Amino acid sequence: MKDYIYEVARIRVMENGLLNKADFDQLLAAPDYEAALAYLKDKGWGSGEQSGSAEAMLKAEEDATWTLMQELLGEGRELDILRLGRDYHNLKAAIKDLYAASGLPEDRLYQEGGTLPYREIIQAVTEKSFHKLPPAMQEAAAQATQVLSQTGDGQLCDNIIDKAALNALREAMEEAPDPVLAAFAATTVVNADIRMALRAATAGKSAPEIRDMLAEAPDLNLNLLAEAAVSGKASVAEYLKTTPYESLAGALSRSMSAFECACDDLMTERIRPQKSEVLSLGPLAAYVIARETEIKSVRLLLTGLQNNLPREMIQESLRVCYG
Amino acid sequence: MGNTVTAASSVLLSDSMGIVYALLGAALATFLAGAGSAIGVGMGGRAAAGVLTEKPELFAKVLILQLLPGTQGIYGLLVAFVVLGKIGILGGNAPTAAQGLLFLAACLPIGVAGLISAIHQGKASVASISLLAKRPESFGRAMLLPAMVETYAILALLVSLLTVARL
Repeated sequence: MKDYIYEVARIRVMENGLLNKADFDQLLAAPDYEAALAYLKDKGWGSGEQSGSAEAMLKAEEDATWTLMQELLGEGRELDILRLGRDYHNLKAAIKDLYAASGLPEDRLYQEGGTLPYREIIQAVTEKSFHKLPPAMQEAAAQATQVLSQTGDGQLCDNIIDKAALNALREAMEEAPDPVLAAFAATTVVNADIRMALRAATAGKSAPEIRDMLAEAPDLNLNLLAEAAVSGKASVAEYLKTTPYESLAGALSRSMSAFECACDDLMTERIRPQKSEVLSLGPLAAYVIARETEIKSVRLLLTGLQNNLPREMIQESLRVCYG
Repeated sequence: MGNTVTAASSVLLSDSMGIVYALLGAALATFLAGAGSAIGVGMGGRAAAGVLTEKPELFAKVLILQLLPGTQGIYGLLVAFVVLGKIGILGGNAPTAAQGLLFLAACLPIGVAGLISAIHQGKASVASISLLAKRPESFGRAMLLPAMVETYAILALLVSLLTVARL
């Protein structure tokens, strides 16, 4: 079995650079948005060139994480499971942009860092040569393109691609080279299934229709989830109490953003044991997940400060730190 | 069949085989303990390189942690030298078959315990290098943890050395 001694040792040093609770307290105490940005720059965030642009800074941080992983793993595709979401996001954006011709710049529509370059996805969608896409994407891409062009129903298009993305994640989970990656896939599928079920119920779908939209998730009975979704959020929360995802029930009762936050926190708790692992791929996967969660928290915090939201409200949306 | 077994036994137990057994013991002590140290130091080296890529200033500290599993190889070599000094190669007299087998048995503790302890000490060193990467101020504690594994290599060295010295 391959070990990752050099890679993990390097990650241990990099973990020192993760923001911790004290950093987030400092950011929350910042008098305004600019002061928070300045604090992040002092901590070494951003590439140093994009003065004043929070989005550019966050993108530089996301890119830095994947550049490091590429340096550590070379052509290795061990962490592809963490990048699948970007591929399906790009597929969705390409199909919708082809239909709506939004004219928005590519860097606003597409995400870098997927398992295949987004330009290849755009080309396959534009030429309708779906066979150029990975096998798991081909059918969903063709179906979503057809549905959007025939009905103009963006939500239905989203549902088709979301379900394909979750199925791809679930398949990847079964072959995941490390338990951390399997836990990531499982938590992501559960989170998405619950959100999809509630969204579909709000749109007036019946329980069997909702069931069809959902992807198989570990430890979730999709029939019961669909039935609970029809009865409302409180019923879904009650159902969750009977599953291993009990900790998410309380957050779901409060709000969807609290639920999202609880899902990320659950993931952070699941990756925490990787701090004492020294040989396996787990610490690398945990670092990527921690970085992405951290960047999500910083994005929420900066948006809150920019919009002068109350500090208490911003604080509630912040994720538990791994660092 | 019976004659063949008797002939083989007489060859194996003849006095000329004594030096073969003793040399086999010295070889095992050197090879097993040395192989364990090579594996352990190699693991430590990879972890050290990972830390030094980001923090070159920790070189001296991680080098010490990397070298900790190297001692078993030295213990194996030491026992082998003492054996060679007693069996007519570097000094002493050629052993009988029984004495040769006793030298072989005496070399096994440092050979086997050296191999296993060096590999595990290497793993402990890797973990300690990770600890040092997170908390450079914890060098003392980080060094103590893999050093504990050394105890068992020293016990094996004592048994091998004392036995060889008495032969």
